[in-house]
Amino acid sequence: MSEQWIYTFVYLAWLAGAACFVLGLHRMNSPATGRSGNQLSAAGMVIAVGATLVYLLTREGGLSGTALIIILVGFLIGGGAGLYTARTVKMTAMPQLVSLFNAVGGGAAALVAIDDFIRLNSGAPVDTTIFVVLGALIGSVTFTGSLIAGGKLQGLIPGKPIRVPGGQLVTIALAVVAVLGTVALILGAYGTLSLDSTTTLALLGVVVLAGLIFGVTMVLPIGGADMPVVISLLNSFTGTAAAMAGFVLGNPVLIIAGALVGASGAILTKLMADAMNRSIMNIMVGGFGGGDDAAGAAAGAGGTVREIGVDDVAIQLAYAQSVIIVPGYGLAVAQAQHAVRELAELLEARGVDVKYAIHPVAGRMPGHMNVLLAEANVPYPQLKEMEEINPEFDRADVALVIGANDVTNPAARRPGSPVSGMPILDVDHAKSIVVIKRSMGKGYAGIDNELYSDPKTGMLFADAKDGLAALTAAVKAL
Amino acid sequence: MSNELLTSLAIFTLAILVGFEVISKVPATLHTPLMSGANSIHGIVLVGAMIIAAEADNPVSYTLAFVAMVFGAMNVVGGYVVTDRMLQMFRKKPTAPKATTEGADGAPGA
Repeated sequence: MSEQWIYTFVYLAWLAGAACFVLGLHRMNSPATGRSGNQLSAAGMVIAVGATLVYLLTREGGLSGTALIIILVGFLIGGGAGLYTARTVKMTAMPQLVSLFNAVGGGAAALVAIDDFIRLNSGAPVDTTIFVVLGALIGSVTFTGSLIAGGKLQGLIPGKPIRVPGGQLVTIALAVVAVLGTVALILGAYGTLSLDSTTTLALLGVVVLAGLIFGVTMVLPIGGADMPVVISLLNSFTGTAAAMAGFVLGNPVLIIAGALVGASGAILTKLMADAMNRSIMNIMVGGFGGGDDAAGAAAGAGGTVREIGVDDVAIQLAYAQSVIIVPGYGLAVAQAQHAVRELAELLEARGVDVKYAIHPVAGRMPGHMNVLLAEANVPYPQLKEMEEINPEFDRADVALVIGANDVTNPAARRPGSPVSGMPILDVDHAKSIVVIKRSMGKGYAGIDNELYSDPKTGMLFADAKDGLAALTAAVKAL
Repeated sequence: MSNELLTSLAIFTLAILVGFEVISKVPATLHTPLMSGANSIHGIVLVGAMIIAAEADNPVSYTLAFVAMVFGAMNVVGGYVVTDRMLQMFRKKPTAPKATTEGADGAPGA
């Protein structure tokens, strides 16, 4: 078979792989077809990578021994590390793992671009230079940005916003340096600037370095609760960087897959930000903009809250007809998903109707709470989304709020509060409310939750896991 | 611009539009798995790493290609496996018949 024929088949295989990505991503829009969608996408990846190997082995000159070793050993090491971490990670730590995978993806795109730049250095055309530099720059930003985001979620770096001295100015200065370097490189390729190859390489080094530091200073000032949106945004960036690498290599599957992820990642970022009632701009600039001055609407620090004991709560729960559990960030952090399932099963055995109210942004990422509860074997039909469960709070005897805060704050229904307009769970409509919380600490929005000072509310101050274990024991003892 | 590049730009533009459309109606529940799934797809940069590895002819390129291979493979393999683990949990479990609140069973033990 001639080389041209083989290339045709390889090219078609790349297109088939790209089609699998599109269809796979589409199937992941619904829980029923999600898993098969991901498998289809993985099959597309196997086809694309396999075809590339065939192409490299059969083209003129073939594959040198060294190159083959680099490909195989590199794949085994990277793939092995990915497989091991993906299989062993606790589901609560999964968001930071996704962030890590995103970081290495961005890093790989940057390295591919940098390598191409070195190779093409003498005599790269203008258009190629543009894509190479953009790929290297975007890849560098996502590499460090995702590492910082993952570090924040993992707790290696404090989750609270960190103000870099001179903060915004440094970030802006870095962006300017990166843009100027990029422009200089493009002008150099065009011939307007005459740059020798050492200067060109040094310029690329400056651009990459500025990108790497920019990634750090961009993510550091953003609070931990916004990390999901940031990771999603960086995910979109990595897709774009991969597409840039595709332009340089003239490879259709890289362009299609990269553009696909770039665009779908952008949409997903917007959906996530919408669910949290935040604008992407607002998140990237850091902190809640405006609104703060009007936040005083809520009761003063602490207000008057009623503390309640474990035994009282146990009795309320055990003799209720209907209980709605509202799990939040605190439950995810305390890894209390198994403890809550145990309590719920005990209550169900006593004939109590138990449901879970899942706010769109409960947990550490949208949808994360569903994953955590599913991992703890909570039956999927018991998980109710916000629109579905809100009318049911009126009939619920007890609403058990576990480590959720801002998403239950009735202040969101009025204008003039930082959480105004955010969709909330109508927990305050329940006949009785129990809140398990470690302290009166404020939620992400930094305001008091009016729910806590509601006369119907009892506060049970405990770590989510310990509190639930104590409740389970108390219900058993009844 | 070369013809090849213009064709690539056309592909790029259409793929962006497909990306916008393919995601529009997702329940919030699936945002995280979907992000993770998209994350695995950009691991396609592994193909780029393979191509630069094949073209490498000096120690610097060898090193860059090797690190790119490791990174890309980790992105691909880890990404798909962790997404599968997430989605696996959405399968419907057969719910064991249990007593509900209906009828006289309303407040047991009361």
